[in-house]
Amino acid sequence: MRFAFTDDQKMLRDTVREVLQRQCAPEVVRAAWEGRPDGVRAVWDTLADTGVIGMTASEEAGGMGMNELDLVLPLEETGYAALPGPVVDTAAVGIPLLEAAGTDEQKERWLGPAVAGEARIVVSFEDQDVVPHAASADVLLAERGGVAFCVPVGEASVIAEKSVDRPRELARVAFESGSQYRMRDDVDTRAQFVLGRERAALGAAAQLVGLSRRMLDMTVQYAKDREQFGKPIGAQQAVKHRLANALIEQEFARPLVYRAGWSMATGAADAHVAVSLAKIYAGQAATFVAKEALQVHGAIGYTIECDLHMWMKRAWALAATHGDAAYHRERVGRHIL
Amino acid sequence: MDLNFTDSENAFRQECRLWLEANAPREPLPSGDTKEGFALHLEWEHALFDAGWAAVSWPKQYGGREATLFEWLIFEEEYYRVGAPSRVTQNGIFLLAPTLFEFGTDEQKERILTPMARGDVTWGQAWSEPNAGSDLASLKSTARRVDGGWRLSGQKTWSTRAAFCDMAYGLFRSDPEQARHRGLTYFMFPLHAEGVTVRGVDRLDGDEGFAEIFLEDVFVPDTDVIGEVHQGWKVAMATTSSERGLSLRSPGRFVATASRLIDLYHRYRDRSDPVLRDQVIQAWMDAQAYRWFTFQTVTRMTRGESIGPDSSMNKVFWSEMDVRTHETALALIGEALELDEGSASAVDGGYWMKGFQFALAGPIYAGTNEIQRNIISERVLGLPRK
Repeated sequence: MRFAFTDDQKMLRDTVREVLQRQCAPEVVRAAWEGRPDGVRAVWDTLADTGVIGMTASEEAGGMGMNELDLVLPLEETGYAALPGPVVDTAAVGIPLLEAAGTDEQKERWLGPAVAGEARIVVSFEDQDVVPHAASADVLLAERGGVAFCVPVGEASVIAEKSVDRPRELARVAFESGSQYRMRDDVDTRAQFVLGRERAALGAAAQLVGLSRRMLDMTVQYAKDREQFGKPIGAQQAVKHRLANALIEQEFARPLVYRAGWSMATGAADAHVAVSLAKIYAGQAATFVAKEALQVHGAIGYTIECDLHMWMKRAWALAATHGDAAYHRERVGRHIL
Repeated sequence: MDLNFTDSENAFRQECRLWLEANAPREPLPSGDTKEGFALHLEWEHALFDAGWAAVSWPKQYGGREATLFEWLIFEEEYYRVGAPSRVTQNGIFLLAPTLFEFGTDEQKERILTPMARGDVTWGQAWSEPNAGSDLASLKSTARRVDGGWRLSGQKTWSTRAAFCDMAYGLFRSDPEQARHRGLTYFMFPLHAEGVTVRGVDRLDGDEGFAEIFLEDVFVPDTDVIGEVHQGWKVAMATTSSERGLSLRSPGRFVATASRLIDLYHRYRDRSDPVLRDQVIQAWMDAQAYRWFTFQTVTRMTRGESIGPDSSMNKVFWSEMDVRTHETALALIGEALELDEGSASAVDGGYWMKGFQFALAGPIYAGTNEIQRNIISERVLGLPRK
């Protein structure tokens, strides 16, 4: 038993952290909110250059052949920065799915560009018509009626919807499920989409931990700086205890997320249960921290001038996506009861 | 990262399991917090010691087997899995011994550890005083310098099982000129000596689990001071994190309680509803969360990191989880929950109500959860003290 990341895994995390610190300050996230995604585009390019976007692709495909455990720390950092864009969709789900189930032609057209950061992949699971980041993506991997499709976004109908977290750029997608889009028929694509969904849930959980950490950092800083009654509000026990509770929720979620990454990477028989625990606890932690953060910020936190809302809204969205707490609790229930 | 146990850890688990399944009492013993039960628990402690299981992580020379921290966690998982008796030697083995290992003299370790592990000399803690609970540094009991030692006077309270124990340990003000955390000394003292009066106090669950200790000029030799004179606060605090964290409540206990809850759920599911079902699942998940959090912490410890104030997060988590788990069990049992131990009709012999009442103490002892939250916010998050 050894519950720790390797130096290489931590180095990759640090690289991503530095890139995001440099290029994805809150103003960049805010610009994406206001429909100016140029800054975010630049971050994407840098992440691709450093190999992060294509990290799960095989080495033949120009990637690093990394697994779900390698993914969790970099993805946690993207949550910390509230990086807008389909990083989980492309890096954690889309690329492995395309590589495993795409035809030679589909891979030829999309895999290299995705790894290079030139094409973005989004994924639509069965019955999921509203897809984040679809409008700005290049290719859609979708499962409909148990059949897998790889559809250039330009050939699909994409009607924008509005997320409470604006940079998620939700859109309702539809396409003609013609044979020209079919993915490989000699591969169990159903199993690949099931695996993709697990990776999506894990990715969301990792980002939720990052979101949570950032909201707590912001709030601790605010509680130290903001003075009332002649002292920092963070000296008040009522405030301290809220933040202590927030930290506990967060810190007990973290190892569950890391363990889920390990369980998926090693193909553990109960990996789906580990993913469910991760998603539940990370979602609960982030939404709880968001609520406490808002309360401690007071009225300023209730404005969109304050950066907090961008993290908070992302947390609400991610906690519910790829299986909300009720869905995952039911999966755990079936396993233990 | 490798979250599988190693072959040797698995072999250790197998050895624990075989011995415990063959030797742990089939029927629960009477509560170890009663006079009768205490004696029966000590017999069990002797058996544990003789087979080398009383203090697995200790050096062999004191009766341990030099188990690693992970092996100790495995032992605890197996111990609670078979439902073996509660450890009446707890306050010695898990609270005093770590202090002795860090600050004790060789003479003290030689004299004290083995009889402690064997259950021949039993130990109670004597931290709190009537007016010094969460604010321990305001304690009033004194130590007066005399030839060859000290004379202790004052009153200690909430001393677990002290009504049945032989010895106790605690802090006394040795330098009357100094205030608060300074000028305190850490003493071990006898409970059956001249000048000591021990009065049992019935706890919430009716057991005589607590005691008050009155000391009037009780002589203690210099050899029963732990660490340096007047440096008792530092000595005591060095090991409080082990009390709050791991050594007091390892995950095995809660994982076992969660399994029992699931068993109860299967028997009472007819009167369950979706809300209760969710709570049962939550209880299981919380125990798992505590388990993985602990494995992460122990990995840090085995690499030589000190855990410090992080242990306050453990304490809040396990103590509040334990209350919720028992509340869920009682909700499943319904109106029969009031049937106390000793009633023929009590569900599981009254185990859940007894456990619930014990769980309610968790957020209070070993530093109330309010104090823990202060520690977390000030020493982990860095919020201002005042």
